[in-house]
Amino acid sequence: MERITSIADLEDLRNSIFAKRDPAMISIRLCNTGCRARKSVKVFESLEQEIREQGLERKVAVKRTGCQGFCEMGPVMVVEPENIFYCRVKPKDVAEIVAETVQAGNVVERLLWKDPDSGEPVVHERDIPYYKKQQKNISNSTGRIDPTEIEEYIAVGGYSALSKVLSTMQPAEVVDTVVASGLRGRGGGGFPTGLKWRLCAAAPGDVKYIIANGDEGDPGAFMDRSLMEGDPHSIIEGMIIGAYAIGAGQGFIYVREEYPIAIEHLSIAIRQAEECGLLGNNILGTGLNFSININKGAGAFVCGEETALMISIEGRSGTPRSRPPYPAIEGLFGKPSVLNNVESFGNITQILLNGADWYAGIGTVGSKGTKIFSLVGKVNNTGLVEVEMGTTLREIIFDIGGGIRNNRNFKAVQTGGPSGGCIPISKIDMPVDYDSLREAGAIMGSGGMIVMDETSCMVDVARYFLNFLLFESCGKCVPCREGMQQMHEILTNICEGRGEESDFDLLTELANFMTTSSLCGLGGTAGNPALSTIRYFRHEYEDHIHEKKCRAGVCKNLFTYAIDEELCNGCTLCAVKCPEEAVSGIKKEPHTIDTEKCIKCGICFSSCKQKAVVAV
Amino acid sequence: MSISRTRYDAVNRIFCDAIKDEAVKIPIIIDNRMVQIEQGTFIIEAAKKADIVIPTLCYHEAIKPYGACRLCMVEVVQNRQRRLVTSCNFPVEPGMEIFTDTPGVRKIRKTIVELLLARCPGVSLLQTMARQMGIDRPRLKKRNDKECILCGLCVRFCEESVGVGAIGLSNRGTDREVATPFKVASDVCIGCGSCTYICPTGCIEMLPDEKTPCLRSMKMEGHSCPSCSNNYQCDSCATDQEFLVEMRRVVSEFRNLAEKAPS
Amino acid sequence: MDCDRIDSILESYGYDHSAIISIMQDVQGIENYIPEEALRYISEKMELNLARIFDIATFYKAFSLEPRGRHTIKLCCGTACHLGGAAQNLDQLKRTLRIEEGGTTEDRLFSLETVNCLGTCALAPVVVVEEDYYDSVKPGSLGKILSTYSSDSED
Repeated sequence: MERITSIADLEDLRNSIFAKRDPAMISIRLCNTGCRARKSVKVFESLEQEIREQGLERKVAVKRTGCQGFCEMGPVMVVEPENIFYCRVKPKDVAEIVAETVQAGNVVERLLWKDPDSGEPVVHERDIPYYKKQQKNISNSTGRIDPTEIEEYIAVGGYSALSKVLSTMQPAEVVDTVVASGLRGRGGGGFPTGLKWRLCAAAPGDVKYIIANGDEGDPGAFMDRSLMEGDPHSIIEGMIIGAYAIGAGQGFIYVREEYPIAIEHLSIAIRQAEECGLLGNNILGTGLNFSININKGAGAFVCGEETALMISIEGRSGTPRSRPPYPAIEGLFGKPSVLNNVESFGNITQILLNGADWYAGIGTVGSKGTKIFSLVGKVNNTGLVEVEMGTTLREIIFDIGGGIRNNRNFKAVQTGGPSGGCIPISKIDMPVDYDSLREAGAIMGSGGMIVMDETSCMVDVARYFLNFLLFESCGKCVPCREGMQQMHEILTNICEGRGEESDFDLLTELANFMTTSSLCGLGGTAGNPALSTIRYFRHEYEDHIHEKKCRAGVCKNLFTYAIDEELCNGCTLCAVKCPEEAVSGIKKEPHTIDTEKCIKCGICFSSCKQKAVVAV
Repeated sequence: MSISRTRYDAVNRIFCDAIKDEAVKIPIIIDNRMVQIEQGTFIIEAAKKADIVIPTLCYHEAIKPYGACRLCMVEVVQNRQRRLVTSCNFPVEPGMEIFTDTPGVRKIRKTIVELLLARCPGVSLLQTMARQMGIDRPRLKKRNDKECILCGLCVRFCEESVGVGAIGLSNRGTDREVATPFKVASDVCIGCGSCTYICPTGCIEMLPDEKTPCLRSMKMEGHSCPSCSNNYQCDSCATDQEFLVEMRRVVSEFRNLAEKAPS
Repeated sequence: MDCDRIDSILESYGYDHSAIISIMQDVQGIENYIPEEALRYISEKMELNLARIFDIATFYKAFSLEPRGRHTIKLCCGTACHLGGAAQNLDQLKRTLRIEEGGTTEDRLFSLETVNCLGTCALAPVVVVEEDYYDSVKPGSLGKILSTYSSDSED
């Protein structure tokens, strides 16, 4: 692609891309990132082949997009301009889609999404409740454009925020706009992004750095992954704007190595931006010099912490350090540095394009804009959801998420990853914003939302997160390393039937101690899952401690499997599958489980079609 | 946590007056006493000037602060905000008031010693500290029987002061440990013995006739140093002075040798 | 150990100390693990303290100092997968393969690793063998998954 040497050239290019487009062209959008795990690549190959064989190359364009959000239904496909939404598409469905929808203009009804309550199919993507109730500002292009083509991004208005900034604004104005927008960091802490920028812009020094944190480590969260994979240029554009605002010449994107597609798409995007003159020296002929490096993580959750991430880029083991000095004054390589989450950079582009007032008009008093959540766990519609700040949990989980799977009951929703907390049904009408979540004992975190039902044990959940953090703690400071070990042991004892009443006090004391005395946020928030589950689900702890019962059927020592005689139809499946030969019975007669032999592997429980195997 | 307006104003007035008197140094208040100190000095050093001993296990004036043991936490009141910070790496600033011995501070220190004792029940230094803090009965389960508290003094001293880096930290989390690369004798160790001197729990021993420190457990009593709850940091501490002199001698000898050696 | 390839990797990063993690990732790419002598070689060539390199190699879990099996099984232990029964899947894999997490089977066919979250939470619980994703995995379906890889062992 030719180098763009001025802002006017960029607009010319945008117009020429539009001019080249044929409005009658049918475009098929197919997710090529998240849905790859469900073999969307094979669907894509069949589709290309079918189109070739039918000689439709001039009539149909297949677009390999990023995540379209509705991962539960993957691989998902949308046929434009009619906006027909097909889900769970398999390679064998492709011929029918091409013949019916592309050539004859009909809808293939069996591939449509169906309302689980009424069974009614919905034809258009825009009419599906899952999409209808979202407000997609940041994740709008993900799932609509091919992230490996810079022209696609430019065609949807990409880099126009940058050209506006470079042609009409002073760096200080950019900082002021971000401050006025009220944007708070999307990585977890919720610190005002504009204030970080202002501090760094004012810091003395010629060399400054800007860093995008794509080390999305929270288990159960994947919105950063979808942005990096599906709309990498929006992050790059945000970073260039940030570099201009604070005076940085070099940027870094730190990405988890567990996200190979994100690394691939970001690398392609950076290379294309360099070729176009949007990165490198004299960007768009304005004299701005800025380049971006990608750093690949190496499997350490703690590197998501600001100082640890910078130390990792410097080529050391990522152990956090104390602040002050604050990174805005003395950060990467000892130079003033700004570090923002990749989703924050996605917001930056929108703020500069539409203005601070527009942005500040969305959301609640203390939390502006929209937020992408990854809605997962025991909910019907799992996937990525972008909503306005202040939307209630009920709207997200029941209206968008379609309620709880298998007609079970909602027990809790866990937000904020290992630093977060579990919120019970009594708070289901709570607005989701930074402050409400904190008040409820959870945090916004990066935006993971894990829904739990009555088969989830809350003591086990608390232990799970501590176990996670114990493995991920860097081991530098005493409160985190030793305190967490003690907490983990206490929770393990409770889960294994050795809990005591005094454990409540000790757990609470240690959790609060770690909050006040740990070196970094990892240890400082590690007590939250335990504190919030004790706060809202104390009765479950009491069941474990006093009754020695795990009613959710999770803690192995505290329940046994049994077969419900009423429900068992004697199909023998469990008996055949049991690795320990603990199930016995005559065909077509109710079976029984020998609890002495049973190792509680759960094979019978998960394979029984009658749901006759129960935990008691 | 905020403090009363009147107190804030009173403190502020004292500072303003003091700043007029002293141009280079700034006044701060530590435990209700005013100290004149250079801006940017770490609180722990400022306290030392005021003859206030703040306990620590990972700080040594000869090397950069690390902030890992958290034992030196103090309460700082600044801009009407009260917060807990580690004194070893928090620089003093004008208008700062510091409290080194509040109930909150004592509680944190006590828990840290309890936690370390659960890790290293046999370390006499920790036992002494526990006695001094009035910990009579252990509440926490003994988790280990280690002697290394991972203060990192040996590693940092070897790298920063000796300039060798023969030992390092390895692994992470609960598996974090001090080790030579691949846990075999280091090729670069000069055998200066700094690590054995600086280790507050005495878990590093110099093997006779070997130049490599062996990172195995050993009792402190094997050395001449008695256990010290302040990690030999007081100005008057003979052990500390002796150590620094000895260390400098060994290192300079090594450097001389290295310079003379044909390359 | 392939010194030439390591040299060219070092060269491509200009022997920059801050690039040591990327360098080690690339070197690991050669044999799917980093032999001790490779780390010693890097230390010598880069004039970088071996203790620091050893710290990095053991701190970051992506690095392996031991040879790995032909097929790496990654079992996702993210929250969604945990709620979906990842622990039971892990138990089942450990029983079947007779190895612990991080271990390699005696025939060097499989290495078993747990990962904290693969970001495919909508498909939980997830098991990845090589590059192949398996969604909604149950303890009973693991045998079938493993057999696809055991059968092609003599390729």
